[in-house]
Amino acid sequence: MIAQFGFGVLVVTFLVTLYSVFAAVYGEYKKSPSMVESARRAMLLTWPLLTLTAGVLIYLLVNNHYEVQFVYEVTSRSMPTYLKVTAWWGGQAGSLLFWSWLMSVFASLVTIRKWDRDREFLPWVIVVASITMAFFLGMNIFFENPFAQLYQGFDGVNAHTFQPANSILVTPADGRGLNPLLRHPGMVIHPPMLYLGFVSFVIPYAFALAALITGRTDDRWIRLTRRWALWAWLFLSFGLVLGGRWAYDVLGWGGYWGWDPVEIAAFMPWLTGTAFLHSVMIQEKRGMFKHWNMLLIILTYSLVIFGTFLTRSGVLSSVHAFAQSAIGPLFFAFIGLSLITSVALLIYRWDSLRSETTMTSLLSREALFLLNNLLFMSILVVCFWGVIYPLISELFTGNKITVGPPFYERATGPLFASLMLLMGIAPLSAWGNSTVKTLGRAIWKPAVLAVAITVYTYFTYTQNIIALIGFFLIALVILVTLYEYWRGANARQKGQGENILTAFWNLTGRNRRRYGGYIIHISMMLMAIGILGIEIFQVETQGRVSAGETLSLANYTIEYKEIASWDDNPKGVNFTRAVLDVYENGIYLGQLHPRKDYYFESQQSMTIPGERATLRDDLYVLLVDWEPSTMEGATFKVFVNPLVNWLWLGSLLFLVGIFIAAWPDQDPERVTVRAGRRLPQTSAADD
Amino acid sequence: MQINKFMIGGLLILGAVVFLIWSSTVATSEYFLTVNELNEKGSSIVDKNLRVSGAVLGDTIQYDAESLALTFEVAHVPGENAEIEALGGLAEVLHQAVVDPSRERMKVVYIGPMPDLLRNEAQAIMTGHLGEDGIFYAEELLLKCPTKYEEAVPEQVVSK
Repeated sequence: MIAQFGFGVLVVTFLVTLYSVFAAVYGEYKKSPSMVESARRAMLLTWPLLTLTAGVLIYLLVNNHYEVQFVYEVTSRSMPTYLKVTAWWGGQAGSLLFWSWLMSVFASLVTIRKWDRDREFLPWVIVVASITMAFFLGMNIFFENPFAQLYQGFDGVNAHTFQPANSILVTPADGRGLNPLLRHPGMVIHPPMLYLGFVSFVIPYAFALAALITGRTDDRWIRLTRRWALWAWLFLSFGLVLGGRWAYDVLGWGGYWGWDPVEIAAFMPWLTGTAFLHSVMIQEKRGMFKHWNMLLIILTYSLVIFGTFLTRSGVLSSVHAFAQSAIGPLFFAFIGLSLITSVALLIYRWDSLRSETTMTSLLSREALFLLNNLLFMSILVVCFWGVIYPLISELFTGNKITVGPPFYERATGPLFASLMLLMGIAPLSAWGNSTVKTLGRAIWKPAVLAVAITVYTYFTYTQNIIALIGFFLIALVILVTLYEYWRGANARQKGQGENILTAFWNLTGRNRRRYGGYIIHISMMLMAIGILGIEIFQVETQGRVSAGETLSLANYTIEYKEIASWDDNPKGVNFTRAVLDVYENGIYLGQLHPRKDYYFESQQSMTIPGERATLRDDLYVLLVDWEPSTMEGATFKVFVNPLVNWLWLGSLLFLVGIFIAAWPDQDPERVTVRAGRRLPQTSAADD
Repeated sequence: MQINKFMIGGLLILGAVVFLIWSSTVATSEYFLTVNELNEKGSSIVDKNLRVSGAVLGDTIQYDAESLALTFEVAHVPGENAEIEALGGLAEVLHQAVVDPSRERMKVVYIGPMPDLLRNEAQAIMTGHLGEDGIFYAEELLLKCPTKYEEAVPEQVVSK
């Protein structure tokens, strides 16, 4: 009964979104502000309605209503309550509902803002948000109903929304439960983070389309949605990092990123989103790249929908499988339609989006931004090519040919390196016009220091050429960025008579996007240190040892002490835990406890590494196997992952940077003075 | 003049990217085959990069914890998704493949820790090469178990 109620509310919400599309278009067409207002109210109604629907679903999940198919598939009695709640996004039907719910939150936030200066955008923003929401709700209602219940009929047990004739409701005693591998804090927050990122990108897209439809194609839409895009980017980035951390902790292969199609699906909107965040600055400052920005946000939206589909539909069981359920073709139809409509609108408004200035210098800030965008798009093309290559090769040669991680590493490596070089040069170049001479004067001090650091690294740490190039670029970017900070603070110190700390503080506060962005650059470099470390310097060994015997790797020696195995019956898990003493160069450091948990119900084991993390390296030990009868010998696989913790450290600094860049201004409607339109200026002084 | 400068730059980048993609594709691409296709081609594809998918036969899994050598056999499953769907879904196809003794099979050797998801009726996607001895030497193992969970099961990748 309660499940049907939930479904009923879902259907009502669907109708409300359709109404708001209709009312907004009709109100705009008839020039009736009251109709548009009605559309706005309908939009605002979706949030309470979907919250109610979600509440019903969570009630069912928490109270073990296994007659509901979704509840049966994602929860079981042995799961703690918080995991039952988060099982909401543990399956396809629930995560589609979760998407709609987030969309309603963001759409409501947008619709309650003050619209007085931007009235003309309102109906179209409502239309785009409502259509997107209606699509996801429609998926839930017609194909993936989270409230479908299990009925026993003549043809066996099937899930139906309403009770079919001659059938009875079946309530299984227990559910199948969430895969143990997914019962990890990282996995609890990783999907919602990605989804938050995905969904928040819909808002800038909605404004972009509104700008195209209304013809108000100045940079107003960008200014209005700049923070949305930043927050979207924050969530998306953090979602990706959390996914990596989860893989590192849980999957037990000593890695964090596998170039899996699903990972790439989440990475692609990040690439276009990052390019977008950079290139909108050019439009704001110089009135250029207007077509390009539109195209980027349109692409990002399409990739967001595509990413949602790939990450959640489970269609990629085999590399070349793209259409498994009815959902597949519909997703593609929706992506295709929105893409065609958006691009058609863009072409229609092409002339009004002409650049206000032209580019003159190859080394000007705007040219370097353009290059940055091209590099991001190149990485996107590499990723996209890797995903679709099996389809193409089969079409043309009849052979299914796939590409794996080596392809991506080889093809994106030089592109990432070029991006880093650019990150070192671009902050020093000036708008409008830059020459090798001006740029050289600005860069030579940090560059010399970076070379010195690289030489030092060569003699003390590594002779690996790729690593050295990497370290040089990292050093260059960090030094250039710090140098920029110092130049700015120094100018303030002299000009305003502030002491150096106050000057730093005010500098950042007055120009948060710029200096927040710099912090993000530095954090990316810290992450690059971690990636270089684990990719190039990872070493591993494995072996079987008896009590008292040791394994050695790099500077570490681990001594196997003992192993114990016990059942935890209420949880339905068997734990096996080994105790190891760790020594470095003969000095005792402490103990590690690698584990293997075996979940009876799902017959699934889970390997939990013993980790010892320092800034220099990570000692990562896996319990592979042991002798169950005597408990005497055990097999371990040991990794030393140098520098990998800089990756996680960098991601924390990254959060700081984003918060600085995206924190709301006191007066968000403040009109920024558009200096720098005509006069090229030095980079330290502009906005 | 100005336009030329930017167009040359753009073309250079475009060329570099096309070259990167092309050379990387050529150097790293893997043939995706079913067990039947692999047995058919036999020795003609020895030493090529291959990716093969099959259903794991639980009884054949052997693990030597001393040398970390894992051996098991997989049975043929169709490669086309539409075909798998028509036969009743992946779980059913894997089950049929395992219980049908007439299916073509392939022996696999993999050195490394025993993956948690390796068990009877799991789908194994293996990357590696075919040896002269007809045994598939896997460098990477990717496992999926659709029997127990609807979806969202993370693919487990292990590689040397």
